[in-house]
Amino acid sequence: MTAPTIDPTTFDALKEMAGAEFAHELADTFRAEAPAMLAELKRAYEAHDAQTFRRIAHSLKSNGSTFGARGFAAIAKELEQGGIAPVEAAAGAPLAELDSEYARVAAALEELKLA
Amino acid sequence: MLDRGRTGARLLVCDDNKVNRLLLARSLELLGHDVVAAENGKVALELLHREPFDLLLLDIEMPEMDGFELLGALVGDPSLRDLPVIVTSALEGLDNVVRCIELGAEDYLPKPVNPVLLKARVGASLEKKLLRDRQRELVRRFATPEVADELQASGFALGGKRVEASVLFADIRGFTPLAESQPAEETIELLNTWYTLMFDAIGGHGGIVSQIAGDGLMAIFGAPAPLANHPAAAVRAALEMIELVELFSAERTAAGKPAIRIGVGIASGAMVAGYTGTQKRAIYTCIGDTVNLAARLEAHTKEAKRPILIDAATRSALPPAVEVEALGPVAIRGKAQAVEVFAVVASSTR
Repeated sequence: MTAPTIDPTTFDALKEMAGAEFAHELADTFRAEAPAMLAELKRAYEAHDAQTFRRIAHSLKSNGSTFGARGFAAIAKELEQGGIAPVEAAAGAPLAELDSEYARVAAALEELKLA
Repeated sequence: MLDRGRTGARLLVCDDNKVNRLLLARSLELLGHDVVAAENGKVALELLHREPFDLLLLDIEMPEMDGFELLGALVGDPSLRDLPVIVTSALEGLDNVVRCIELGAEDYLPKPVNPVLLKARVGASLEKKLLRDRQRELVRRFATPEVADELQASGFALGGKRVEASVLFADIRGFTPLAESQPAEETIELLNTWYTLMFDAIGGHGGIVSQIAGDGLMAIFGAPAPLANHPAAAVRAALEMIELVELFSAERTAAGKPAIRIGVGIASGAMVAGYTGTQKRAIYTCIGDTVNLAARLEAHTKEAKRPILIDAATRSALPPAVEVEALGPVAIRGKAQAVEVFAVVASSTR
């Protein structure tokens, strides 16, 4: 059994705390902001800008945890803590992995909104 | 009023991440607070300079100006030093949190923010701030802003420390017959006006009024905060006091009331400055030979028929632009040897 893309307990808690409407709006904001953040992460990786790389990874991790996107947050956390070198060693694979996990997260958030 | 600690406070949220910012702002609004958001330290600092806030919730990692830099800027700014700050950070950043607390942050909240913890921490910080604000308000009513700041910074302790400073004594000449010749209400009004003018002149030159009693006052230049060339500052304040009293007298004469005149004595040198009194009721003052000399010089202005008398130490620190007349050695009560006394030439006595 694979873990859900969005942990329902976390997302429900968010809805309960902030209101369902607000939670979905917040998810929309995340989907509006995340592509630019992912692009900036890639730019920082290519430019060897370790500080920006860590900051953006940190932000993505933090947002992932907010919505219960555990897999996404876990990859972002690895990037934040490991920095640029391990990504280079893996020829950029972790960034691609983060991108595809993000696509799943965005779709799942959309689905939750329509449900 | 303690309810303000729970709801209705003005909070500033500073986080570069839009999702975090919106969520934190929402959570705080749901607790009943007014929330303004800033996307980095620089924007937050601008807002803090423009509007009053009760509490800042601060992210650490941000572009432009990060949390550390903002905390550093707050500590260095007397008007913002006391703003409580709660740092919001992911738990792995505990080292950073410790650094923030060392930089003056009051508390931290792990991200993602737990609403119960948020409410408790924000409530606690606001109540503490409220108590501090009230305390300061009380202190300010009974002490000068400088003494209040010093109290805030170093805490209250009876006892003194040695300082180099100048002390100024001033009083109204012929006050008793004046007070007897008019209704008490008029005297109170006269005193309030005279104190307002004197406080302006003294504060305007970096001095603090340490004591007021009847028609007299004592001011200190150079303590609790050091002051460059405190003798000159004290003399300039005295000259302004004379000038203000002359203007005030002109107004009084025009209204058919008697003019008033003042005498000022200034001495400079070593003294002990600090709080004296009891744990419950104390004043910030200076004690020592220099202080006694200043009081004697002020008393001597009557005999010398000069409005401002100073000692040799004050004289030697004055720039040449200040006109001074040497009165020679004068026998001063409480002094075994005669003391060199100088009169500062005010425009009216020239």
